[in-house]
Amino acid sequence: MSNSNKFSRRQALKFGAAGAAAMGAGPLIFTRNAWAQAFPNDPGSNANVILGFNVPQTGPYSDEGADELRAYMLAVKHLNGEGDGGMMNTFTPSSLKGNGILGKKVTYTTGDTQTKSDAARASAKRMIEKDGALMITGGSSSGVAVAVQGLCQEAGIIFMAGLTHSNDTTGKDKKRYGFRHFFNAYMSGAALGPVLEKEYGTERRAYHLTADYTWGWTQEESMRQFTEGMGWQTAAAVKTPVGAGDFSQYITPVLNSGADVLVLNHYGKDMINSLTQSIQFGLRDKQVNGKNFEIVVPLFSRLMAQGAGENIKGILGSTNWNWSLQDAGSQAFVKSFGAEYGFPPSMAAHTCYVQTLLYANACEMTGTFYPPEVIKALEGFSFDGMGNGKTEYRAEDHQCFKDVLVVRGNENPSSQFDLLEVVETTPRSQVEYDAKIFGGELGPYKV
Amino acid sequence: MDSILIQLLNGLDKGAAYALIALGLTLVFGTLGIVNFAHGAIFMLGAFCAVTFRKLLTLSEKVQDPTVTLFAAYKEVPYLKIWFGDTGLMIIDYAVPLSILFSIPIMILVGYVMERGLIRHFYKRPHADQILVTFGLAIVIQELIKAAFGANPIPQPPPDIVSGSANVGLWLGLGEALVYPWWRLMYLVFSAVMIFGVFSFLKYTTYGMVVRAGMWDRETVGLLGINIERRFTIVFALAAVVAGVAGVMYTPILPPDYHMGMDFLVLSFVVVVVGGMGSLGGAVAAGFLLGIVQSFASMNEIKDIFPGIDQIIIYLVAVVILLTRPRGLMGRAGVMED
Repeated sequence: MSNSNKFSRRQALKFGAAGAAAMGAGPLIFTRNAWAQAFPNDPGSNANVILGFNVPQTGPYSDEGADELRAYMLAVKHLNGEGDGGMMNTFTPSSLKGNGILGKKVTYTTGDTQTKSDAARASAKRMIEKDGALMITGGSSSGVAVAVQGLCQEAGIIFMAGLTHSNDTTGKDKKRYGFRHFFNAYMSGAALGPVLEKEYGTERRAYHLTADYTWGWTQEESMRQFTEGMGWQTAAAVKTPVGAGDFSQYITPVLNSGADVLVLNHYGKDMINSLTQSIQFGLRDKQVNGKNFEIVVPLFSRLMAQGAGENIKGILGSTNWNWSLQDAGSQAFVKSFGAEYGFPPSMAAHTCYVQTLLYANACEMTGTFYPPEVIKALEGFSFDGMGNGKTEYRAEDHQCFKDVLVVRGNENPSSQFDLLEVVETTPRSQVEYDAKIFGGELGPYKV
Repeated sequence: MDSILIQLLNGLDKGAAYALIALGLTLVFGTLGIVNFAHGAIFMLGAFCAVTFRKLLTLSEKVQDPTVTLFAAYKEVPYLKIWFGDTGLMIIDYAVPLSILFSIPIMILVGYVMERGLIRHFYKRPHADQILVTFGLAIVIQELIKAAFGANPIPQPPPDIVSGSANVGLWLGLGEALVYPWWRLMYLVFSAVMIFGVFSFLKYTTYGMVVRAGMWDRETVGLLGINIERRFTIVFALAAVVAGVAGVMYTPILPPDYHMGMDFLVLSFVVVVVGGMGSLGGAVAAGFLLGIVQSFASMNEIKDIFPGIDQIIIYLVAVVILLTRPRGLMGRAGVMED
């Protein structure tokens, strides 16, 4: 009893150690969630974190949307430590651990953009306000990407754009909360121009059919900039409604326009239909101005090549990525995606997968989900091992810079998926431009 | 000259589609007095008969693809190819024209069920009620197709032999520059045959004569002991077949989706009104007229002067015709004027 009130040396050590631990941990306890009250959809103490996948499940770009969704689900699987890890094994420098994001299991909610801006905004709004999505990603239409990016900036939610190719997305409509890994129309023009000059010469007359929305406009503008710069003339540039289906009324005027090149600034099913109908109208069998009539598709994807079948053979275009690339990252991704779904991923799937990993990595790097810190981690981030070689997220406009592929519809495919042949890998330096040329302001970190 | 001819052909093609749908609409209106807003949905159902038939023909076995080494990939080999070799592939190649045979009994059934099951209950109701119920029916059919086939267009290629273009210029002695897709030419010929067939049926058969008499004076024909109601049901089914088969043949031109009927319906109603309510000849003439006008309005030379004119020209022409001829091109006095 006499010793019961005594403070033994052992107890002193115990309390001392506990006190020191408490003192040390104290600042962490207070700082770890210092931003907790400041940002929407903070997962806080939840075991899960929710990502919002907003893709076109219907409409002219729905094939791309379906592939994007497959890639997102694969990325979630890999982030949660399931499957073979795909490009998580080749991505450097990586802070990803394969235990979700910051130890929280990744779950997701999906939306159908219908390839329409208002529907896309409505589904993104629902995912943010009702489902609690911490990050929104998706696209397949620049009109949609620009609209959703604006909404995300207002809501203080990071938007990791999927397939969007308009110069406006990271140009005049760029936003602090929006990031694009995919290349853009300017880069397509810069990469395709020299190849077109080499293949078709400098004396050509081009006729543009252009999807009538932000992507089509900037795609046409960039193609005209580079082709006119090398001496081509533009016979006419005609806008066509998205999802027109029957393009015959736009194709027939091409026949007697004096043009010897048709540039199809179309994407997805629109491109499949316009290309197929152009060939039905005999354009590729024509000789004009003493030259073979040529068709150019500035933005190409394997999915479109698959839809267009034989018609795609020999046609030049550009692409962000192709499954036939032999680098370790591409091979790891193709293997993983192929094992999951039985066919290789499209470039839309690739960019969406990469975007999801990049967001998760930025959270891991900063140790928080607080958007302004995640944004700062992504700005200027340089990485490799994701299929495009060395890549950088330029801080000034949130546009990724990397090499661009010029491809041609494969004349002699070696397999059912070998539809595009890489003609040239245009180095990053050739497609780079000053961030100021397209205008726009990123806006604030805190909203 | 070439560009004018090609726009003319294109206009005739578009006009043929408008005329075939408008013909069915006018038949139903002329016989049953029903303003059938579900008629576009019947056109769409016909197109989906072609989709279904191709799906049936291409039921496949999955076979591993040895050319892909990075992962296990599979090719789909149709059972028809496994069983019949090249003959099986040829049958698949001709899926669209063969779908016509598949669609006819289905469209007869659809027309019969639609008329007996729903529309006959609205014969004596105001036109506004008829429009509401048929419009509702169109939406139900659309949503059913969307649920079954998804919302995306499903391409239906024509047979290989007619997938290229015909050298129309050589036929007309205008040189090799003027070409036009074979399938579109076939659609034009097919439309002409269909229109001729319907008119011949009405004009040269006793059955058709009774129907025409019923269109003029239903009560008198009834007093003669003829069951005109039954004949009108068959006319409704005939109109469904015309629209359905037109839908089948249009699939290589426009990949079908659940909404295609509604897109055509609006234009076809304009065609019916311009042609004159209840006038079969008017519907056909207005269909071709508006198709051609729309095609010429899409020429760059015209659009340079009037930007966007191709999108509104049909409605402008409709306004002008209705201002100058309120009953339409061939409309009869007393029709829908009560």
